[in-house]
Amino acid sequence: MKVKHLLSAADLSREDAIAVLDTAREMAAMAGREVKKLPTLRGRTVVNLFYEDSTRTRISFEAAAKRLSADVINFSAKGSSVSKGESLKDTALTLQAMGADAVVVRHPAAGAPHRLAGWVDGSVLNAGDGTHEHPTQALLDAYTIRSRHGRIEGLKVAIVGDVLHSRVARSNVHLLHTLGAHVTLVAPPTLLPVGVHAWPADVSYELDAVLPGVDVVMMLRVQRERMTDSFFPSEREYSRRYGLDLDRLRGLPSHAIVMHPGPMNRGVEISPEVADSARSTIVEQVANGVSVRMAVLYLLLGGAP
Amino acid sequence: MARPQVDHGGVRAVHQPADGGRTDEGQTVAGKVIIDGPSLTRIVDRMAHQILEKTTGARDTVLLGIPTRGVPLARRLAERIRAFEKVTVPLGTLDITLYRDDLRLRGARAVGRTDLPAAGIDGTRVILVDDVLFSGRTIRAALNAIADLGRPRQVQLAVLVDRGHRELPIRADYVGKNLPTALTENVRVRLVETDGIDEVRIEAGQSPDGSGKGDR
Repeated sequence: MKVKHLLSAADLSREDAIAVLDTAREMAAMAGREVKKLPTLRGRTVVNLFYEDSTRTRISFEAAAKRLSADVINFSAKGSSVSKGESLKDTALTLQAMGADAVVVRHPAAGAPHRLAGWVDGSVLNAGDGTHEHPTQALLDAYTIRSRHGRIEGLKVAIVGDVLHSRVARSNVHLLHTLGAHVTLVAPPTLLPVGVHAWPADVSYELDAVLPGVDVVMMLRVQRERMTDSFFPSEREYSRRYGLDLDRLRGLPSHAIVMHPGPMNRGVEISPEVADSARSTIVEQVANGVSVRMAVLYLLLGGAP
Repeated sequence: MARPQVDHGGVRAVHQPADGGRTDEGQTVAGKVIIDGPSLTRIVDRMAHQILEKTTGARDTVLLGIPTRGVPLARRLAERIRAFEKVTVPLGTLDITLYRDDLRLRGARAVGRTDLPAAGIDGTRVILVDDVLFSGRTIRAALNAIADLGRPRQVQLAVLVDRGHRELPIRADYVGKNLPTALTENVRVRLVETDGIDEVRIEAGQSPDGSGKGDR
């Protein structure tokens, strides 16, 4: 990879993105082996620096680093000196002094990983910064699409729901565009960010008009914890207009897949029957996450320091 | 008629730098042809016979090619073994990129494919196949990779060219040709499947720190 850090999906060139996806495919083959461990990053230290709650991403990064034999240090803001008021910079300098080769950071503030990259010598991997970006999620989504459809180029992808608060949506739009897919964002006008028309994607307010022509539907979580305002009248109404239920699932082309980055609000943006249907790739996405993060760690850390 | 040398005594213990040998792709065709197409075919035929002889008919044997050129070589050996004795030897590919000991020195490389035969390698005789044996570090990595993949009864090594300059206590069981070389020289193997032509060349290297094809 030409980049040292993975801060934004928009930084990835087509070649880099394809290198990650190809490498991830080989890493996935390892999951079926007797010894699920590679010696590749022996002696390297990966720090998981999480200022926000996370289940999937933190465990996924930890599993990925451990399968490559790296040492993993988990750091969560709760129960650390952060609760005593330590700044991000001082925490970064501490990590630097401990010799972290990579810092995986999740932070509620957009841009925190960019700042961190200027303070530490190791690679910085953005594991979600505020409502800004979540590049490894976009990579694992692209990997999932590619493994189900065999390609990404030319596919029609609808990203549906709370685009305003979604770092997953932004990263996916950039990456899928780089890889040649055609993305349509579907959301109520209140849940679209300012300037969305400059993104390399179409925008629609009507879910039912978009669904019949898509190859992939990606449902976004309604992020109530970030909502400081009322963005829609009621959950019931939101669900009625923008939720994916069995009726809408039947209206999809037969080859189309349903994705969700998790955690889901069952019954709001996606109905339980759809989430558990054979068309849904939600569990697959989690499994693919480990392979994709192994690929990213290898490509960023495997080479010369 | 080529000179199918089987001189297994040509291994030299030479003190030399740790990174003795680098692969630089994309150089112009130069140097001296050591093995031409017909000779290469005969060498592969002989190696197939040797495998059959030494393994009493290649029963319970798996051929694992190391990318890039070990893979077509393994395929050719399997074809010849089938032609000679109608034995089908399972074929596989073993990528050793993630087991290399020089990743920190040289940067992350593209990871290749590892494909084992469906029946696995437990209890079998695995024959690793590579084009050039040089420092022995590739084979060291391959042995570690195999240990993570299963437990073969025996592991053997077949190489088209042994160019000497070992850095580890590793030797081949089947050698196409022993080729005494200087560290500054490159040994370049080309195969029809990967390069459009069958030949082995020795090229003069540019610098003493060596850019010799083969090992890593």
